Amino acid sequence: MHDLAAALTAAWQLVLSGDPTLVGIVSLSLSISLTAVLLASALGLPLGAALVVLRFPGRNAVIVIVNALMGLPPVVAGLFVYVLLSRSGPLGNLGLLFTPAAMVIAQTVLVTPIAAAIARQVVEDLWGEYGELYIFDGVGRIRTVCSLLWLGRFSLLTAVLAGVGRAVAEVGAILIVGGNIAGVTRTMTTAIALETSRGDLALALGLGIILLALILTVNATAHFAGSAARRAAA
Amino acid sequence: MTLVVRYFAAGCMLLWAAALPAAAQQQFITVASTTSTEESGLFRHLLPAFTKQTGVEVRVVAVGTGQALKIGERGDCDVVFVHDKPAELAFVERGFGVDRREVMHNDFVLVGPTSDPARVDGGKDIVDALRKVANAKSRFVARGDDSGTSKAEIRLWNEAGIDPKAAGGGWYRDTGSGMGPTLNTAAAMDGYALSDRGTWLSFKNKQNLKIIVEGDRRLFNQYGVMLVNPAKHPHVKQDLGRRFIDWLTSPEGQRTIADYRINGQPLFFPDANASQL
Repeated sequence: MHDLAAALTAAWQLVLSGDPTLVGIVSLSLSISLTAVLLASALGLPLGAALVVLRFPGRNAVIVIVNALMGLPPVVAGLFVYVLLSRSGPLGNLGLLFTPAAMVIAQTVLVTPIAAAIARQVVEDLWGEYGELYIFDGVGRIRTVCSLLWLGRFSLLTAVLAGVGRAVAEVGAILIVGGNIAGVTRTMTTAIALETSRGDLALALGLGIILLALILTVNATAHFAGSAARRAAA
Repeated sequence: MTLVVRYFAAGCMLLWAAALPAAAQQQFITVASTTSTEESGLFRHLLPAFTKQTGVEVRVVAVGTGQALKIGERGDCDVVFVHDKPAELAFVERGFGVDRREVMHNDFVLVGPTSDPARVDGGKDIVDALRKVANAKSRFVARGDDSGTSKAEIRLWNEAGIDPKAAGGGWYRDTGSGMGPTLNTAAAMDGYALSDRGTWLSFKNKQNLKIIVEGDRRLFNQYGVMLVNPAKHPHVKQDLGRRFIDWLTSPEGQRTIADYRINGQPLFFPDANASQL
């Protein structure tokens, strides 16, 4: 109990102090994860819809792979990106390792399958309902994909939010490709890992509480914005 | 909904723009170093002084010595700053590093529960203490991560003539983690552990742990710094890297290291000049 109380106090004091380091860490966390989710949505949502609309050999295999990749361990994703971006790796010339860009790439790898898998499910339901209409009207494949995604936009918000949750909370991948460099690649989760290592459990938990509050805020904003938009659309 | 998307996108851009400028403006080098230098707080004290003087930012990736040397080997950093002399010399020998210089030292300490179940009863003899721990089959929490501390610990077990992993009985716990997590584990299970003094002094979750053995000559812990060989990795920022190495070993850098204290106790003892004599 003592630890928890100390953590709450630490969290409260951190927020009140408006510590610039904390502000930097929080904004870095958010900018990396939101950028990654944006990229992953741009890749994953059309991919998921395409998996419904297009028929091609190996389609089922792709679906299984996408679903399985939802459970991709962050450490493995991180290691994969690390090997790619390392100076001794194929993309080493870019010099991206230990930069925020590398962290965005790693999180995009993690979130894309989630966006794709949830989009596929949402679009599949819509396809069952309206698919024949599209075929009957002779709508092109690409326009069908866009139109179905638009129809499912409110449900797809779930996919995006699930992605934000996964990205913001993840530590394994960004620790490896970012290196947890103070002021450059230190995010909420890697800072928590570091403070735990230093045995400052109260500060670590305090940061954890702030992270939780952030995730709550993102979800609440999306939820209310979503339902407001739904009402406006109805 | 389009509005929501637009705000969302605009928000992302803003945050992105806000987070990046620090990274874009300044000259920087990347240093692979150990958890002990980072977690003890030394870098937070030391690096701003260097940056203030030279305008060069130092980005530290803090991992175990073994991993830090690997990062250097792959060319993913400019400078390596670690503490495992045999491994460092091998690194230079194999052509991955140049300009190795000794910077500072501190020492390792054996920490353990106040109740001292192995009845080490203080003393200075670390090898004797390890034998007592092994004989009593008291819990020992090991790094097991190829770090400098881990290698030093294994050398000490060798000197004691004990192979703790083969000893059996489950008293030797190989955690494969950094110094802090190892101390957290030792504190939680009332175990013994070998720690560098810097991390120990700055560690905040000591619970029942205290120093059991210190002051043995064999507990000496030397830190060395070297440049990643630009002949192997042409992108290495050798000028900036050399400036950092020169500064660390200069009277000013050495004084800054000596000035870092926790509760009046110095954590690291500069010895760059001594090693050049």
